[in-house]
Amino acid sequence: MKRGLILWLPLALILILFAVFWVGLHRQENHDIASQMVGKALPEFTTPAALPGLPGASTALFRDGRPRLLNIFASWCVPCVAEVPVLMRLKGMGVEVVGIAVHDTTPALDQFLTRNGNPYARIGSDDQSRIQLALGSSGVPETFVIDGQGRIVKQHIGVVGEGDIPELLALLGKQP
Amino acid sequence: MRAPAALLGALLIAAPAIAQNVAAPDYAEVSLSDPAKEKQALALMDSIRCVVCQGQPVSGSNADLAGDMRRVIRERIEAGESPEQVRAWLVSKYGDWVSFKPPLEARTAPLWLVPLLALMAGLWLLVRRLKWDRLKGTRG
Amino acid sequence: MIAEAGLAALWFAAALALAQLVLGAMATSDARAELRASIAPVAIVQALFVVTAFFCLIAVFARSDMSVLLVAENSHSAKPMIYKISGTWGNHEGSMLLWVTILGVAGASIALFERKLRADTKVATLAAQGAIALGFYAFLLFASNPFARIAGVIEGQGLNPLLQDPGLAFHPPTLYAGYVGMSAAFSFAVGALVTRNVGPEFARAMRPWILGAWVFLTIGITAGSYWSYYTLGWGGWWFWDPVENASLMPWLAATALIHSVTVLATRDGLRAWTIMLAVLAFSMSMVGTFLVRSGILTSVHSFAVDPRRGLFILELLAIYIGGALTLFALRVGTVSEGTRFDPFSREAALVANNLLLTVILIVVMAGTLYPLALEGFTGAKISVGAPYFNSVAGPLALVLMLIMAAGPLLRWRSDQPALLLRRVAPALLVGVIALAVLIAFAGPIGLLPLFGLAVAALVAVASLAPLWKRNLARTPLFTYGMVIAHLGCAVSIAGMACEGAFTKENLVAVKAGETQPIGPFSVTFAGLREFPGPNYAALEGVLLVAKGSDKPFIMAPQLHQFSDPPMLTNQAAIKTFWNGQLYLTIGEKEIDGRWLIRMWWKPFVTLIWLGGAMIALGGALALLGRVRRELFASRKAGAPA
Repeated sequence: MKRGLILWLPLALILILFAVFWVGLHRQENHDIASQMVGKALPEFTTPAALPGLPGASTALFRDGRPRLLNIFASWCVPCVAEVPVLMRLKGMGVEVVGIAVHDTTPALDQFLTRNGNPYARIGSDDQSRIQLALGSSGVPETFVIDGQGRIVKQHIGVVGEGDIPELLALLGKQP
Repeated sequence: MRAPAALLGALLIAAPAIAQNVAAPDYAEVSLSDPAKEKQALALMDSIRCVVCQGQPVSGSNADLAGDMRRVIRERIEAGESPEQVRAWLVSKYGDWVSFKPPLEARTAPLWLVPLLALMAGLWLLVRRLKWDRLKGTRG
Repeated sequence: MIAEAGLAALWFAAALALAQLVLGAMATSDARAELRASIAPVAIVQALFVVTAFFCLIAVFARSDMSVLLVAENSHSAKPMIYKISGTWGNHEGSMLLWVTILGVAGASIALFERKLRADTKVATLAAQGAIALGFYAFLLFASNPFARIAGVIEGQGLNPLLQDPGLAFHPPTLYAGYVGMSAAFSFAVGALVTRNVGPEFARAMRPWILGAWVFLTIGITAGSYWSYYTLGWGGWWFWDPVENASLMPWLAATALIHSVTVLATRDGLRAWTIMLAVLAFSMSMVGTFLVRSGILTSVHSFAVDPRRGLFILELLAIYIGGALTLFALRVGTVSEGTRFDPFSREAALVANNLLLTVILIVVMAGTLYPLALEGFTGAKISVGAPYFNSVAGPLALVLMLIMAAGPLLRWRSDQPALLLRRVAPALLVGVIALAVLIAFAGPIGLLPLFGLAVAALVAVASLAPLWKRNLARTPLFTYGMVIAHLGCAVSIAGMACEGAFTKENLVAVKAGETQPIGPFSVTFAGLREFPGPNYAALEGVLLVAKGSDKPFIMAPQLHQFSDPPMLTNQAAIKTFWNGQLYLTIGEKEIDGRWLIRMWWKPFVTLIWLGGAMIALGGALALLGRVRRELFASRKAGAPA
């Protein structure tokens, strides 16, 4: 009798395995590595300006009471071009966008902004991805919403699209 | 103000703060001078996952961000942090996914419980099949 | 034309697989001799058709026929011929065709060469083989057609440069011969369950097929490990990547199976275990096929990702594995359990061996699949890699090795602990001495490499023990096989432990003329050279290497820049010495006139693959020995009465 039940064990185990496979096949493909820093204070950093004419960025700036967007981008990043118009719209609505240019050079950045537009109030230079690492950012483009007290409210991975504007405005405390 | 060369002026983020100067080697690619520390750093790099790759460790990836992680790992170990402290720092930024060494927690417990259960189940099956009477009787 | 011919051949093969299944099903209830006799020729003709289809695919690749979609996506007319041909199986559809080709050839081989099996069991076995083939033919024909056409393509996208290596010609065919060859064991098990023929005779018939597939699988895995070691420039030989694990799991089950089948053959014990393992081994092969081709796991090895294909394979898995295990549960209970045995006996050691191999298999499966399960059910992402596998499977493997040392020295049925102790005493002594020497002189090495080396020394001595006090000329070939295979395990573990404990690594940025040390060598960077290759541009670093006052020699690691598809590969320069390998790579970035050189000195690393080759050799000798004995016996029996 007992032996009989044991004999069904391999089948039962395999069925559990198949259930795992089935779940694996049907889950949404999500390769994004989300930052663990959401909800925490912005890590301390100071960066030099990436472009003459625009100041650099530092953490102290974000604690002045005004919520901002922190946009991680690069001139060599092809998808980043697509989000510049959206960032420009946000800038037009009074949102201050602080850019962090990753592994970039001044001439390339200059060309990128001249060609696509410049939505940034400030651009910091992050040649060794130190700010990226500190923020838990794993690629470009990414946009962080920082509240007036310097806390990271949200991480948006990937290009910011038109459809994301209402949510971002709400998080920034602005009326659409 | 022109952006200075990469090594000059860029400041380290988050504690511990370390001053950079032009003469410091770029630890993304170059070994630490202390062999024991370098060995620790390499071992850690082999077990930290590159966040922009297909499952490679940061030691084996050519991606920029992997090199940046290698640099930070070496810098922190040079500064005296233990590999586990550096791992914990990376996990605090990216979550458990970034470490090939799974954490020992309730939600990962099955990784160790399942083999243990299997071992015990197998031992039970084995013991059932044995003739224990010979050992219980007189030593032959 | 050739493509259409290949596709037609594939359809014919599928139809014959169906016929094979139907005939077999009919033959179980209808005992007519012609019905039974017809199934073997059907299997043989099926194999001929599928082999034809496979050669048609090779032909279109060799001719760079860009009107075939697969060729356009994966090949290029400028490639060297060897890579045009081996590129046939360097993609999902082509490798799947190789898969079913080996499946068909395995079935035909059983039909042609299997003489000892009871007639009705053989029929059921061939029917099972046909059933498996049918499902995978359907997968090919409906979801992965290798012969699909495309119009208007002038030049192909090229073969992934990482695959443009002799390893591609060698690793997949041997791996699949093992991986898919294990289907023979599965079909035998199903045949035995259906005809209620699980006994020593059945075991003796099945054994050579398992050994053959296992030998190929061992060679395939060993070759794959060495290939990735020298071609990727990362200095590692096993990464616990999901696809690597997918090949290891069938190997673990098959290793347990070859030991279990021996118990069944000689002692008529472990009936249920043997059948279970035979089903498990090929089930793991099929699960591996699913993991690699469904896209549910991220891996550098993964083929083109398509969840719909994954679903198809999952359905096949449900039918075949679910069906076989249901049959197992229903039928094995009626098969008598066999005699019980003593705690100190070879049977007990073999059962312990099976147990540990199965647990290691479960560890590998858990580590590979748990991140997937956790993410699927909770959304949380974790990674499980070498630190987990080494720390959990490593100690289990060492305990297994100790049992392997004792097993061949134990008598069947029952033995005395004291006698066993006397037989293993020399090995134990060597192990303890090795441990002491290592602790005293090796410096700080990890616990696992430390015990690994000591256990390897112990097992090396113990594996030779069965040969002592024996007339070596009259020792059966399969005993030599066992000795060499077990010795090979010790050699391989020693290599792994040395590599883990004693590897020296150095990463430096050097200017021309600068010298850096690595292990006992000093390496001077002499400069760079650029030159064109067949389909790439090469950048070569010229390095002068000297050991002590010996004459220096040149090593030249290269970077290959390909254009179709664009990729940079890192070709390490490797020099093998009697006591290790010097492994040098050059980095792709120049920093202020300095180039990055990554250097490794890996003592005794080649033992890893030498050990693997010895294991395969041992298996081959055991197979040869058994087959020769059977032929000899049947020739004697077949002498005119």
